[in-house]
Amino acid sequence: MRKKSITLLSDGALTRRENTLYFENAQGKKPLAVEGIYDIYIYGHVNISSQALHFLAQKGIAVHFFNHYGHYDGSFYPRESLHSGDLLIKQAEHYLNKEKRLNLAKLFVTGSAKNMELNLKRWKINASFGELLKELESARKITEVMNVEARIRQEYYSLWDKVLPDGFKIVKRTRRPPENEMNALISFLNSRLYATIVSELYNTQLAPTVSYLHEPSERRFSLALDLSEIFKPIIADRIANRLVKQGIIKEEHFREELNGVLLTKEGMKTVLKAYNEELGKSVKHPGLKKNVTKQRLIRLEAYKLIKHLVGIKEYEPLVAWF
Amino acid sequence: MNDKYLFNELLITGTEINYLFICPTKLWYFSKGITMEQESEWVDLGKFLHEKSYFGEEKEVQIGSIKIDFIKKGDIIEVHEIKKGRSMEKAHEMQALYYLYYLKKLGIKAKAVINYPKLRETKELTLDGREEEVEDAIREIERIISLPAPPKPLKSKKCKRCAYYELCWV
Repeated sequence: MRKKSITLLSDGALTRRENTLYFENAQGKKPLAVEGIYDIYIYGHVNISSQALHFLAQKGIAVHFFNHYGHYDGSFYPRESLHSGDLLIKQAEHYLNKEKRLNLAKLFVTGSAKNMELNLKRWKINASFGELLKELESARKITEVMNVEARIRQEYYSLWDKVLPDGFKIVKRTRRPPENEMNALISFLNSRLYATIVSELYNTQLAPTVSYLHEPSERRFSLALDLSEIFKPIIADRIANRLVKQGIIKEEHFREELNGVLLTKEGMKTVLKAYNEELGKSVKHPGLKKNVTKQRLIRLEAYKLIKHLVGIKEYEPLVAWF
Repeated sequence: MNDKYLFNELLITGTEINYLFICPTKLWYFSKGITMEQESEWVDLGKFLHEKSYFGEEKEVQIGSIKIDFIKKGDIIEVHEIKKGRSMEKAHEMQALYYLYYLKKLGIKAKAVINYPKLRETKELTLDGREEEVEDAIREIERIISLPAPPKPLKSKKCKRCAYYELCWV
């Protein structure tokens, strides 16, 4: 990928002067080459001028905001430049047709579960979701699919604890707020991954608001939630495990607040470094016969979905071969 | 005139004519609004070439559904297209002929010039006697874009540089 994602962790200001974007913080004022920016992730307290936003909109650059706790707040999602009426109609058709929707929802859950199984195997944990996946097959309602999905995930997390070091056991998955270190780490990574997927969808003709496993009302970009089921295990979960097992993320990278356990600034920095490195890693794509980054795999998943929707090729969720 | 098409039926763009001769699969996706051009370095390069060549000409002249790179007015109007190289020559030629066909429907007689600024070459074309070729192309485009799914892609060396590569082969 030519263009780069930019993460702003420090406090400062994003401004535009003529045709240059500047980020100014305590270290000084730095120009940002706008043609080379794919998207921006803001964790610090950043003032943005409307001129800067106009410029970003013109260049089609999405900006994602995270709050003090590192959780996703929302995105500056510039007016979409890529439209396809035909595709939007197909998306809606697959949502409205019960069978078509159920089929897609199950595919997301199956792909997700297979990637979880793969992770467990990597971590030398013997387990399979075969029974639950059988149950999934016979599900006739989206709520039933969601229910199986939740049970798979619950079992999956409980199995992690067998190999996680002391002090980093999940015990019970808690979200708002995360009640311990591992929960905080998982939530932080999942938030960031969600925003990455929003960016990828922005660069396709898919409407990010029409989804299949999740209800379109659940979140503004609910299609990103659907796709995140596939990518959470192979991106976020793998990073989380590696960081604590290798002792890269330690006790001191967390702090306790009224709002649960949170990563410190230093902790966030370390996690984001690992995240960006991971997304930039290339794997040989067996179908395309070329190297693609892990971030690009998200886009390819969107393309596969487009092909499914317009009736070219049945969607097969990505199951990691790496 | 025995031309098959009436002017107000000509809704096809020059790009679509061009794509027909490059790849019908790409044409189908493009016609449905599934575009990939924003991802392509080659398209960026083309845009750059457009911006940096032929200063002083009136550029991007939109007439109905066609958009001509630039026009020169002389004894006879010249329709100019700017292209990078000759590898898609047939596609360039048909695009230019379509513009001439389109203008003829408006009662404007013109000739076309394809400019290759990088090669410092030009190629001139007139419509004379080639109306049928254009009409065949229009018919073929109408057939392809009315298909429920795109024609199966054919892998060729063109694919390597095509922005639709991943969409086609993933």
